[in-house]
Amino acid sequence: MVARLKGSYGSGIEPLTYAGQNYMVVDRSLIPEVLQVLRNEEQFDYCVDITALHYPQREKQFEVVWVLYSFARNERIRVKTQIADGATLPSSVPIWAGANWLEREVFDMFGIKFDGHPDMKRILLPDGWKGHPLRKDYGILQQDNEWVQINLGIESGQ
Amino acid sequence: MTDPNTTLAHVDIADLAAHDKTYLDANELVINMGPQHPATHGVLRVILRLDGEKVLGLECVIGYLHRGVEKIGEHRTYTMFNPYADRMDYVAAVSNGLGYCETVEKLLNVEAPPRAQYVRVILTELNRIASHLLWLGTHALDIGAITPLFYTFRDREEILKIYEKYCGARLTTHAFRIGGLQYETYTGFEKEVKNFLNFFRPKIDEYEELLTTNRIWVERTKNVGAISAEDCIALGVTGPVLRASGVKWDLRKAQPYANYKNFDFDIPIGENGDTYDRYLVRMAEMRQSVRIIEQAVDALPEGPIMAKVPKVMKPPAGEVYHSIEAPKGERGYFIVSDGSTQPYRVRVRPPSFVNLQALDLMCRGELVADVIAVIGTLDIVLGEVDR
Repeated sequence: MVARLKGSYGSGIEPLTYAGQNYMVVDRSLIPEVLQVLRNEEQFDYCVDITALHYPQREKQFEVVWVLYSFARNERIRVKTQIADGATLPSSVPIWAGANWLEREVFDMFGIKFDGHPDMKRILLPDGWKGHPLRKDYGILQQDNEWVQINLGIESGQ
Repeated sequence: MTDPNTTLAHVDIADLAAHDKTYLDANELVINMGPQHPATHGVLRVILRLDGEKVLGLECVIGYLHRGVEKIGEHRTYTMFNPYADRMDYVAAVSNGLGYCETVEKLLNVEAPPRAQYVRVILTELNRIASHLLWLGTHALDIGAITPLFYTFRDREEILKIYEKYCGARLTTHAFRIGGLQYETYTGFEKEVKNFLNFFRPKIDEYEELLTTNRIWVERTKNVGAISAEDCIALGVTGPVLRASGVKWDLRKAQPYANYKNFDFDIPIGENGDTYDRYLVRMAEMRQSVRIIEQAVDALPEGPIMAKVPKVMKPPAGEVYHSIEAPKGERGYFIVSDGSTQPYRVRVRPPSFVNLQALDLMCRGELVADVIAVIGTLDIVLGEVDR
């Protein structure tokens, strides 16, 4: 299957394996198409997880990961793409309805917006929170002191 | 403190007055089922949009129990993060620990020795029974059947006693270590587990006798919160909810982990995907767990309980995604290592978080009282939803 995809998209897809698990690094421009193909033709109908990684040293700082599973083939695959800070990705909600909250969490924690998402707002943190905690430049003890002072009436959450 | 953006409909009172209507004549009523509520199984806020008593739509506001576990994971070593894994889904702590330990073992490329695998399976399946018992008690309580709660908690006590004798803790057990187990099973472990199974087997029949053909129970749960298999798959819902909708899929059979291949058990499925079917599926799963534990205790081998793992764990740089069949669904761990003692990223794929997305779809057209039943039947734990 990976050979088929590589044949269609050539250098945009790089298939790799680690610890017996297959994953692909895909160019940002190919992402909506590849995900669509994986769902419709290759039967990866269950979107297990969408998450992201932050590498502040790299030029393309964020790596967004989709973990997909196919019931028919009993196979799991990961699709990764690298995007720069401030770039957005097309939402996968039209492809898998379950991507809704998963993408909201990626936005909440990393600040990566998904175009076309029906409800792009924070999910775990309060709505007025500033900052995206899972980025590497967000301290482990850091909190949005302004939000805490206004909403909780205390000086600081520490 | 309420943010108007989180309400679904904005009714302008001045506008209503202009049209000579009272507020109560408005077609839609937006009601808040606040974070403090006895039936939401934790701090879950649900904003309901109602037409009389019928639910037109709802929105879940979560995050009240967000503790930043994934961020903490980046600042702890692999062994230090182990207890944090228990505390997310605190009801099924043992199986969460199993998922985390197995994922790190995959990164380190070690495998736990056979005796450790068998004990892990015994404790994990006991945990599945404990989690389902808690679910049964609280779900029945929400619907109004108060009796099962006391009996399920009494049975759960027996399991918690075994955990306490084994590792010292009842709820957040930290039972497993990366590479195997830390503690050898205590003398009399097999006998006590077998006694528990003999004690427990007739109890499931008792619960079924109380509820399965009970007319009130059937009225309150049949055709309530039905969800089709296609919707389940599209939304990513897993666990007993998916199996009750007719999809015969269980990670213990599809992608076996921790020597589940050696055991003989069935996967119960339902037909309609409504609350009654989910109840039947979970009761049947408890029976299957009893079967697995019995086989594991009979076949428990001798041997070491800990594989050879380095004292200071530095897995080579790479990433691994591994998931287990937790009592609530597919619980996955995506751990990225950069070669140092601390993980670069620990991502926990929580089944309750993804299952809760289906609440909106399941509650449309139901009555308000059924919302409580559906929240209970999804079996969510807010510690896992929010992490």
